[in-house]
Order: sequence, then structure tokens, then C-alpha cells
Amino acid sequence: MLEMRNLSKIYRTTTVETHALRDFSLSVREGEFVAVTGPSGSGKTTFLTIAGLLEDFTSGEYVLDGVNVHGMNDDQRSRLRNEKIGFVFQAFNLIPDLNVLDNVEVPLHYRRGIHGAERRRRAIDALERVGLSARMRHYPAELSGGQQQRVAIARALAGSPRLLLADEPTGNLDTAMARGVMELIEQIHREGATIIMVTHDPELAARSERNVHIVDGMATGIVEEPRFRSTLQERTASDMPLAGR
Amino acid sequence: MIGSAVHSSHRYYLRLAVLGVSRAPWMSALMVLVMGIGIGGCITTLTVYRLLGGDPLPGKSAKLFYPQLDPETGTLVPHSPPDMMDYTSAVALWRSHRADRQAIMTSAPIKLLPPNASQSAFMTGMQATTRDFFPMFNVPFRYGGPWSAADDAAHARVAVISSRLNQRLFAGANSVGRELNLGGGVVRIVGVLRHWRPSPDFFQVAGGRFSDGHTSEFFSRVPDVYLPFFTALRLDYGHFNVFNCWALPSNFNHLRHAPCNWVSLWVQIDSRAKARGYLDYLRNYSQSERALGRFTHPTNVRLMDLMQWLRYNDVVPADVRLELLLGWAFLLICLINVAGLLLVKLLRHSGEYGLRRAIGAPRRAVFVQCLYETILIGTFGSILGLLLSSFGLWLVRQQPVAYASLAHLHTRSFLLALLISLASILLAGVWPAWRVSRTSPATMVKQL
Repeated sequence: MLEMRNLSKIYRTTTVETHALRDFSLSVREGEFVAVTGPSGSGKTTFLTIAGLLEDFTSGEYVLDGVNVHGMNDDQRSRLRNEKIGFVFQAFNLIPDLNVLDNVEVPLHYRRGIHGAERRRRAIDALERVGLSARMRHYPAELSGGQQQRVAIARALAGSPRLLLADEPTGNLDTAMARGVMELIEQIHREGATIIMVTHDPELAARSERNVHIVDGMATGIVEEPRFRSTLQERTASDMPLAGR
Repeated sequence: MIGSAVHSSHRYYLRLAVLGVSRAPWMSALMVLVMGIGIGGCITTLTVYRLLGGDPLPGKSAKLFYPQLDPETGTLVPHSPPDMMDYTSAVALWRSHRADRQAIMTSAPIKLLPPNASQSAFMTGMQATTRDFFPMFNVPFRYGGPWSAADDAAHARVAVISSRLNQRLFAGANSVGRELNLGGGVVRIVGVLRHWRPSPDFFQVAGGRFSDGHTSEFFSRVPDVYLPFFTALRLDYGHFNVFNCWALPSNFNHLRHAPCNWVSLWVQIDSRAKARGYLDYLRNYSQSERALGRFTHPTNVRLMDLMQWLRYNDVVPADVRLELLLGWAFLLICLINVAGLLLVKLLRHSGEYGLRRAIGAPRRAVFVQCLYETILIGTFGSILGLLLSSFGLWLVRQQPVAYASLAHLHTRSFLLALLISLASILLAGVWPAWRVSRTSPATMVKQL
């Protein structure tokens, strides 16, 4: 699903050269739940932006779902990002002027071939998956933090992505809400999603199948955690997109 | 299907634009106001400029020419031929009939005694000319028509009057056949014009380059009375204005043989080849007059077409040209301000645009979304601008200048105004939209 080989990312200014990622390699299989951990400034966010095609890398190779992304132009990267990746951000990043349904529809507006009724149907399906279909006419400010993050997850799921990238998904939530959101992510994973979650929190990381620890831009340790192994083995159609199962 | 998708996208962008405008109503209103004032000011000045500097006879002006000769003696320094002709030259050239049409003309105030005894006598503007004046300048008639060539030759006591004078004297009724007491003589009305207000009244333009930009009198109303040239000389004896004299006349009341320029000749020549031939004819005429000893200068003739003649005379008043420059400068300043405000407004929501980019919006989509917001603001700004330009033109009409009553927003000006509005919207909106669309989604996501 995701294959990074010897990736490096160097930020250059006139006086400083910062190696955000060095010789970074990672392989994530279809349906895997991987947690990426590391101290602040270790390169987690850089990894996330490169994995999410938000930023280009300096050298190395990155293959996403069989597509080598090197040398793609902005249009191609945007389309690939829209079709294959769902983002869940720490701060939810819902658009305050749009209601829940409209927020969930946002990525579908940039997808070719999905028009009015189909877009709406997919958004409602996604909201049903996160248990918020009854709140679709509410505005983000009318929801709790946990509900807002569920909406953000629904938005990520609406486009049926091949990969879900979560950046500290519970970082802005209290314990009870965080637990609810984490359970939802686990449920989505059990339904077959490939998830990469960047987190500081060792407890959250422990709930993944595999931990990748980054220090100074390098993957220093990979910890296998067979927590969901049995669930993984039960799945049969693991190459299908997340939505529609 | 593709059409419906495009339609759906436009509807979505429009909806987002409405949301964008409504979430910062005061800032949006400020932008609309600034853009409206800029567009309104620019359209007002441009409309006035175009009205004053436009072609008074579109489609025909290239065929109308203003011949100039240089009969002056004693002037040592080479100079341009004078703006008018002496009587002898003008009449000789007119009588030669070398052009497709030709008319000599001069103007003077004339005393008019209304047929209704209850109205008192008044002075009015009179144009002394010949028959071709009317077809040559596309003068529209409401009743009757121009006098005949025979009337010119016979110095007939006939007249054409303006619709304004006809309204004043005859309450707008058909007055053809009625008589007028003009300058002490009686003339019979043969034609009544429709409303006719060429801008400028080009056939009276002369000496503009000596007026230091104060040329607004070229835009005053056309005369109310038109008389055959030689009839007018007899009826209005001694009232004609002299453009210049190159020697002291023995009697200003006897301009026919005075060393003075006071008659204009306009000719219609239907092809450029013929025009070249006519210029040769002017040269030959000048040389023959020199041989006769009447002209002393080397041949110094010109033949400008109507628009060249208007430009030569700087017909657009200097203050109008300055106002136009100020109008454009003001619009530019307003647009820079609007662009700045837009950029601030859009960057304030850069998080949203970054999010859209992160979840798959290409730069183009963000650019278009921002542009829609600009277009929406610009549309309101343009509407306000058009309203303000109407107000601005109303203010111009209140000014004590000869061209005041001409200041209206006509169809062409309106279309030009729309073009300016569109260009303004794009100028103000493209850069901020481009700036926002170029921001890296990664940077924005990190900021979120």
C-alpha cells in the first residue's frame, strides 16, 4: 500500500540546511494500522506531509498504492491525494461556515465523476458510519470536540480513500472523547482500513499493530504489536477501498 | 453529464463566495464601496472624454475634409495655414465643384423677430452655408428639407431652422412655408431639423490650438437658423466674425475683399485617391493665385479629414483630459486597495484553503474559488460604480460648461463601463487569488 525507500527531505535556507528525514524507509501493507511516534522535531510531521503528498521529498522513492509519486505535478498530486488519502487532523479543521453534511462533502467536490446526489449519498453514508447522521444540519460550533473529530473522520472516509492519515487525532480531546474517537478509528481499521497515525501518546501507539519510532528523521525502531492480528486475518477483501464495505 | 458537473461546480463556488462575503460583511462592504467609487469616477470621466473626443459622424468622418490655404503676406516665419479662408479663395474653391460635395460657411448672431407679436425680438445663432451642408453632414430633417442649389445661386430668401427654434416659435408644429423676420429681411422656412447635437459641433471648430485647452465652446448648441450663404451676407451685413486678418481692412463691414480669413470650406471626397487629387488641386490653386500676385507665400496647403482636424484643434478641453488621467489614477489606487483588502481577507482564511488543498483541491480550484468571491464583490462594486457614474454624470450636467447637457451614459459608454468593471475585478482579484492558491498545503496544515 505504502512503500517509502531511502527517503530524505532537506529544508534549505541561505544559511541552514535541515535534514528532516534521512534515509527513511517504511513499508505499510494493505489493511495495516501503523503508529508513527517520536519526540517533537523528530520528523513525524514531515513524514506525514510527504506520505500525504502535501510536500515533495528531496530524494528516495515513494510508491503509494502502486503509483510512484516522484515527479508528479501539483494537479496529479492533488488528484491522487483526493482519491487515495483521507486526512484526520488534530484540530479537526472543519469549516465553520458549512454545516456537518457540507463539511463531509468538501473532498467530493474535487473528485471527478461524483455529482450532486451521489456526493450527498456518500456523505450521509460516512456520517452514518461515525454515528452522526442525525447531526448533519448542525454547524461545527454546535458540536462537542469529539463529535467534531467524528465529522472530520467522516469527511476523510467519504471519498473512500485507500489510506487514512491521522495526525494526533485525539490531541485536542479530553479523555472520554479521545476514547470514543480512538474506538471509532479502531472500528474503521477492523472494517479494513489502512491507517497511519502520527502520535506522541504511547498509549495510543500501543493500540496500533505496529509502531514506527522516528528520531532525527530516521526510523530507529519498529515495534510489532499484534493487537489486531486476529482481526486482520479474518478479513478477506483487504484490497477494497474503505468505504462501501 | 460534464455540463451538469461544471454547472454544479460553479454553483458550489458561487455558494462559497456568498458565504465568504457574508462572513466578513463590513470588509466586503468596504471593498464594494472602494471599487464602486473607483469605477464610478473612472466611468464618469471616461464617458465625458469619449463624448467630447469621439467621432461626431461615425462612418462618414473619413470622407469629410477641411481644406486650408495660406493667403497671408508679409509673414516671414514659416507657419501653418490659417484655420479659415479668405472669401475669395473659399468661394472660388466652392464654385469649382472639384469635390463630391462642398459647402462654405460662416456664422454670426442674427436678430430674429418672432411671428407672434406677443414675443419680443431676440438674437440667435445663424449659420450661413450652402446646400451641401445638410447632406454632407447627415443633418436630420423633421419637416421639409434643405434649400436647393438654385436657391444658393439666386440668393433666395429661405431658411432652415432648428427643432428648438421651431418649438419656441411654432410650438413644434410643421412651420415649413411660414415666414421669419431675420436681420430686417423676411425669409421663408423650407426645412425644420430634428434634434441635432453633434459633439463637438465640428463645422464651427477652428482656432482650438490657440485656446490653451479652453475649448468647451466647441460643444455648445448648434445654431438655430441656417441661411444660404449669400443671402445671409445680405441679411446680416456687418455681423460676421473674423478669424484673423493679415492686413488692416479698410472697412470691416466689407469682408468680401478684405485681407481677412473668415470663411470655412468643408468638402466631401469619397475616396482617398480623389482626396490626393483634391490636394493637388489646392496646390495648383495656390500657385495660380501666387502667379496672380494675390498670394505671396510658397505653396502652403493642407487637407485634413474631420478627425485629424478635431485633433489638430485639441477639441477635448484640457481639464477633461486631466480629469480622465485622474479618473484612471484613482481607479488604479482603488483597485490596489481592494486587492490588498482581498488578500488580507483571503489570507485570514488561509487555513480553510490549506485544508481544501490538503484534501485534494488543486491549485486551480482554490484559485477559482477565490476568484468567485472577487467576482461577487466586484459585481456589487460594478453596480455601485455604474450608479455612482450616473450620479457623477448628473453632477457634470449641473456644471456651467457648454458640453454639460451631453453628459449621459450611452450604450457604448455603458458597454465600455462593463468592460472596465470586468477588467477591474480581474485586476483586483487575480493576484490575491493566485497568492492564496500558491501557498503550500503542507505549510497550511502545519499551521492548523
